[in-house]
Amino acid sequence: MSEIEIKNLTKIFEIKGHTVKALDDITLSIEKGDIFGIIGMSGAGKSTLVRSVNFLEKPTFGSVYIDDTDLSTLSERELRKKRREIGMIFQNFNLLEQKNVLDNICFPLEIAGTKKKDARVRAKELLKTVNLEDKEKAYPSQLSGGQKQRVAIARALATNPSILLCDEATSALDPQTTDSILKLLKEINETLGITIVIITHQMSVVTQVCKHVAIIDNGQLAETGAVDEIFESPSSDAAKELISGKEISFTPLKSLDTKRKIRIVFKENSAYEPVISNMILKFKTPVNILKADTRNVGGTARGEMILALPEDKEVSEEIINYLKENGLAVADYEGEA
Amino acid sequence: MFDSKVIGMIIEGIRDTLYMTLGSTFIGYALGLPLGILLYVTSDKGLRPNKVIYGIGDFICNIIRSIPFLILLILLIPFTRLIVGKSYGSTATIVPLVICAAPYIARVVESSLKEVDSGVIEAAKAMGASNIQIIFKVLLVEAKTSLFTGFTITTGLLLGYSAMSGTVGGGGLGDIAVRYGYYRWQTDIMIVTVALLIIIFQIIQNLGTFVAGRIDHRKR
Repeated sequence: MSEIEIKNLTKIFEIKGHTVKALDDITLSIEKGDIFGIIGMSGAGKSTLVRSVNFLEKPTFGSVYIDDTDLSTLSERELRKKRREIGMIFQNFNLLEQKNVLDNICFPLEIAGTKKKDARVRAKELLKTVNLEDKEKAYPSQLSGGQKQRVAIARALATNPSILLCDEATSALDPQTTDSILKLLKEINETLGITIVIITHQMSVVTQVCKHVAIIDNGQLAETGAVDEIFESPSSDAAKELISGKEISFTPLKSLDTKRKIRIVFKENSAYEPVISNMILKFKTPVNILKADTRNVGGTARGEMILALPEDKEVSEEIINYLKENGLAVADYEGEA
Repeated sequence: MFDSKVIGMIIEGIRDTLYMTLGSTFIGYALGLPLGILLYVTSDKGLRPNKVIYGIGDFICNIIRSIPFLILLILLIPFTRLIVGKSYGSTATIVPLVICAAPYIARVVESSLKEVDSGVIEAAKAMGASNIQIIFKVLLVEAKTSLFTGFTITTGLLLGYSAMSGTVGGGGLGDIAVRYGYYRWQTDIMIVTVALLIIIFQIIQNLGTFVAGRIDHRKR
């Protein structure tokens, strides 16, 4: 069984007589040692989903298993103990403002009843892990956003958890700091073998560090699988939208006169060959490049292009086959490029 | 006019005023602080919402706070006599001061605790903290500056109320001001006592602000 099993999870909130279905029948499993991304637009229910993993939000229906333990069967006391095995970091860091860095990291240990002396030794070790050894006496107000998140990561790791939940952990940070925090998370995952669950609305975060991803749309699971596969050939509208970064328009009337558009994704080896040039030379037909982009997906550069094909249907089909033969992922693209 | 007798009386007045103010503040906090925590915990966004307990606490606080202090002072005379044995003098004044202060303190404490960022509480819950641990290790620690500011404001308020109790023989500087300044037309003594009250108030307030700034680590 996987480390985290979410089965038929439904969460209904009652707000002033109205019922809102925040999560609708979600089933997911997350393997040990994975970096699992949960992505969706704001309001899609992803924060509620991650809070269900440590039972900060109790599901209305369905169940959550951590290492084969059904969380709903635990008593309050047992649940609190279980939460020590699940670290969590947040968008707004949520550090104790009146405690210095060292005391913040000691805090979960203090709650767990660890001796103060032992807690300090452990906290100093963790400061080394997150590269903040010189800040142990500083207060959170004296730190930058990235430093605060590093302290929060050290704090979350203090009790040696096997799972780390990250709720929009990089959303309040600038791109460079985001990169350094993601690198740190990846490092932690590799050296400590901790399962990391990352909640985000940024596709770039998912493609940069996650191995698997689940796309949540309107409280429902739209798509789940390996990140590179979903990046190459997204099947759900929500996934396409998140990858293209804009809304897919469903107005075929307007685009009746436009040519067929395809999205191609270059895999590692195909990036070395001049596939498009060769194609044009072969078919002696020009294609229109509407958009071209490279992205970092799990450490490798992935090229992405939107092409408008010639009107001749036969030639179009041949081009598509040619591209597929050359190891590219090809899919129809309906949006505005 | 200011012979040694009067000066002795004024010094005694200062002592009684400080005794009543600080005594009622500390006993008031002994009752008001737990009540304030209870209000926070049982409120609808608290750690353990409970409409009945919150409703009762809320109602009692509102009732007592809506009675003017001077009326409360008189209403409580039998109760004061029961506890202290007499209804006049500075020790007797502490009783109505405490009854008046406790619900006020409870409200001040409740609002200080409400200022604590809900995200920090959520983080503590995610770490496996119990409600008791959240109260003592998160709420009271994170709200300490605001709580201390509330403490200073309460002390200042009770200083004023202790002076008011002078009208019914409560003792202290207010008592002197009323007896000499009002009944005997000795304006100079009244002015001195008022000046002393102002000085004491300033010391309390400035000391409070200074300490609150020193213990706050949020901005630097």
